[in-house]
Amino acid sequence: MENYRKVRQDKGIFYRIDWILVAIYLGLILIGWVNIYAAVYDENHHNIVDLTQKYGKQMIFIIAALIIGLGTLIIDPKFFSQFAYFIYGFFLFLLILVIFSGREIAGSKGWFAIGGFGIQPAEFAKLGTCLALAKYLSTMDVDIRKIQNLFVASAIILFPALIVLLQHDTGSAIVFLALVIVLYRAGLTGIVPLAFLVLPMLGILALMIPKLILVGILALVVLGYYFFSDRKIRTILISIVLFFSSVGFVFSVNYSVNHILEPHQRNRIYVLLGQDTDLKGAGYNVNQSLIAIGSGKLFGKGFLQGTQTKYNFVPEQSTDFIFCTIGEERGFVGSAIVILLYMGLFVRILLLAERQRSRFGRFYGYGVASILFFHFAINIGMTLGLVPVIGIPLPFISYGGSSLWAFTLLLFIFIRQDSYRYELI
Amino acid sequence: MERIYADRKYIIIGFFLLIGLVFLIRLFYIQILVDKYILSSNNNVLRYMTQYPARGLVFDRNGKLLVYNEAAYDLMVIPKQVKNPDTMALCALIGIDKQEFINRLQKASNFSPYRPSIFEAQITRENYGYLEEKLFLFQGFFVQSRTLRKYTYPIAAHTLGYIGEANPDLIARNSYYKSGDYVGISGIEKSYEDILRGKKGLKIRVYDVLNRDKGSFREGKYDTTSVAGTNLYSSLDADLQAYGELLMTNKKGSIVAIEPSTGEILCIVSSPAYDPNLLVGNIRKKNYTQLLLDTVYVPLFNRALMAMYPPGSTFKLVDALIGQQEGVLTPDTRYSCNGGFPIGNGKMVACHRHPSPLDLIGAIQTSCNGYFCRVFKSIIDNRIYASTRKAYESWRKAVMSFGFGKKLGIDIPGEANGNIPTPAYYDKYHGKDRWRSMSIISLAIGQGEIGITPIQLANMAAAISNKGWFYTPHIIRAIGKKDSLNQAFMQKHLLAVDQRYFDVVIEGMANVMTAGTGAAVKLDSITMCGKTGTAQNPHGKNHSIFIAFAPKDNPQIAISVVCENAGFGATWAAPIASLMIEKYLKKQVKRKEMEERMINGNLINGKLPESETGQGNILQD
Repeated sequence: MENYRKVRQDKGIFYRIDWILVAIYLGLILIGWVNIYAAVYDENHHNIVDLTQKYGKQMIFIIAALIIGLGTLIIDPKFFSQFAYFIYGFFLFLLILVIFSGREIAGSKGWFAIGGFGIQPAEFAKLGTCLALAKYLSTMDVDIRKIQNLFVASAIILFPALIVLLQHDTGSAIVFLALVIVLYRAGLTGIVPLAFLVLPMLGILALMIPKLILVGILALVVLGYYFFSDRKIRTILISIVLFFSSVGFVFSVNYSVNHILEPHQRNRIYVLLGQDTDLKGAGYNVNQSLIAIGSGKLFGKGFLQGTQTKYNFVPEQSTDFIFCTIGEERGFVGSAIVILLYMGLFVRILLLAERQRSRFGRFYGYGVASILFFHFAINIGMTLGLVPVIGIPLPFISYGGSSLWAFTLLLFIFIRQDSYRYELI
Repeated sequence: MERIYADRKYIIIGFFLLIGLVFLIRLFYIQILVDKYILSSNNNVLRYMTQYPARGLVFDRNGKLLVYNEAAYDLMVIPKQVKNPDTMALCALIGIDKQEFINRLQKASNFSPYRPSIFEAQITRENYGYLEEKLFLFQGFFVQSRTLRKYTYPIAAHTLGYIGEANPDLIARNSYYKSGDYVGISGIEKSYEDILRGKKGLKIRVYDVLNRDKGSFREGKYDTTSVAGTNLYSSLDADLQAYGELLMTNKKGSIVAIEPSTGEILCIVSSPAYDPNLLVGNIRKKNYTQLLLDTVYVPLFNRALMAMYPPGSTFKLVDALIGQQEGVLTPDTRYSCNGGFPIGNGKMVACHRHPSPLDLIGAIQTSCNGYFCRVFKSIIDNRIYASTRKAYESWRKAVMSFGFGKKLGIDIPGEANGNIPTPAYYDKYHGKDRWRSMSIISLAIGQGEIGITPIQLANMAAAISNKGWFYTPHIIRAIGKKDSLNQAFMQKHLLAVDQRYFDVVIEGMANVMTAGTGAAVKLDSITMCGKTGTAQNPHGKNHSIFIAFAPKDNPQIAISVVCENAGFGATWAAPIASLMIEKYLKKQVKRKEMEERMINGNLINGKLPESETGQGNILQD
């Protein structure tokens, strides 16, 4: 033990750091900075460190993020597991506070104004939830297969999600659902994540084909299941429950989309399903996004040559639609490199998570990967017209301080946990 | 405990990778496989602004400007930018009603709400003056300058032609033309289109999402400047052309004058004509319809190139030349003519009173029908040919060497072939080889199925004056600065008649002017050679025809004049031809009385004195 301490002190805070993750991280923030510059490029302010422009500000955000990252590496890793609930609680408090004293930006009331910058607690709440969930799941005697434990775990996830939803920030709220992947890894029955995949599909069908026909199809599927099964009482019961819950789901999806969702959200869904082709209205963003990316061809139009992004045909191009700039100016090659970098990031985090000796470290790693992955999938899926328009940032690349700092913190806490794993024998 | 579920890591990693793969496939599809998006991208931001070049100018042979360009303006509209316009004021400015205003705006909107469309085309400079002052009141409207074709003199409309917007058919056929481009539709505007039009330039401007101009695309890397069209130097003599049109006032017919030594067309009059400035700009459509519907004057019909007439007695010159070449006629050959040429069944080709028998010169001078019927008969019945058919074919070939029966290939579009009947035609009419020289004897005096255009007649006069050759007549003598004329116009065409046979014919033509059918229009100071013709016309009075060249020894002008339904060749066509020659060679006309009589003669709806009604070379029972 004495020996260990000595080695650690000699090598400093970078000892046993996973440099692959750090390299991917640095690569992505650099790509982000350059593309924000390209997206909002203005001939009158061509200096990339011009602080009056978004790219200048992003540079400040990046410097701050690097300091946050370094700071995280200094903190004793045990701090995060021991204070997980406290951190969770603190961000929940901010999340509630922001409802009453926050500032409204782009329709969601989730911002604190600090100086000239806005801070969005929702971004940090994901981090807190991730820590708390990992902490809970790593607690002795907690078994996710037990209904009371599942209830508590779900509550940890859903409580902040609900508050974020109250702030009209649907996108951020949905991201919390990513943590179901952590539950699945912890032993939750596969039906739940499967349902997460099947239900959206059933929901899409509910909106695209007439309800009665869909009910008929469901009836046939359930009957088929019954005839090819063992035909025990239990099977019959399952079949009946399955049928009625599906039908109930179909009707409730239909009802909620048409009556509960706000008009702009409803339109986004119909646009995606190809039922609304109003290219000047709700479909405008997606169409322009596809035009920008699609016009990049193999090698792209070149740095600062993207006409669709440069002349503002694509909305929100430095934040939610930043991938359009990459697609247009860097083409298929550039876009593919970015996607592969993310794939490398996710797989690396998952592999590192698996080698953790502490359950906390492992679950936390899964949480980090899941949250980053959801942002990635929804953001890029949206620009490619595969997912409804949901405004959430692309991790490390989109413009913005809150999200960059929150993601940095999220990742570096994990890197810190990982570097510390040998000391946990 | 969760170790049990360690395998789930594969499912999770697999799921992540699957989504990544889906994105890559999707990217590949929209970026590489389909072109839709790059096209939409260009449509979004790029505005291709055509730079229209100035069309080439046209000068006459003395350097007078005939055709030029004048600035005109298209009123453009961007429907999306139109805000609360003072509709009535704008309507008043361009002379449309409110309904029309709404229709045009709707049409422009249908094309594109964000892009400019033409609202009113080709506003003249004068009208633009009023519009310009008020234009700031009408948001969303702006003007784009174009050029309008203008003609210095109201002459030579058929020859100069006109331009109009390229039609969809042409746009589909020729990728150079885009909607809204102008293209030559007739005359030299059409035949020299490639030279006159110049080269369009292109400016690519970038527009942002609010349709604001953001400057050149890639610093103008792909922009091209327009190249003005090349100027044309015409052989037309504007003064002569104007004079010819004046003489043909109220007459149907044409005048074609050629410089024999070069084949250059000096004037080409088709009457009735119209002012070429009528078919310019936004008045073109209305005026064109009006001209097209005029079935009395048929002003759009270019008689000089398209109308076919029997050449009448002017064709006797061809008989005389071919007869000598075939060895069946010498200058001393004499035939007696007792009032005509009997063609059997008691019928005869009538002839007028003249001394008999005549030699060849005398026969040309007096235009003896009987003489040339015999010449023609001897050509066709020539024993050296195995059959009438063979002899006819040989004759036809010789006739066609004069440029008859086929297009000459001049540089003005619309030329007619004319007609020299084929043996097959007579087979059809009389039965296979069941026709003899007597069946087709009317060809001898230029009647029957034979059809010749005025330009072909003038070309014949030029070829005779050259003693056996001609250059293809053409209206353009030089293109741009360099003398890059079509090679076809520099190629001598030889007639199938040797040079030595021409002297006697030219002598005969000179006698026509001194003591023959053209004596009334002779000019002491110029030795003219001419030949009258009076072409029978089943639809009305005979056509008056005259061909001539002058001076005899150094021919500078060869001319053909046709006056429809005017009677004897000597009455109208000959004086007009004579005046034209005087005008061209002397620059001014001294015979004022004759000139006035010709100008004032109304042959379309005026009443002619009975004595001037020609009853010449007709087939009589």
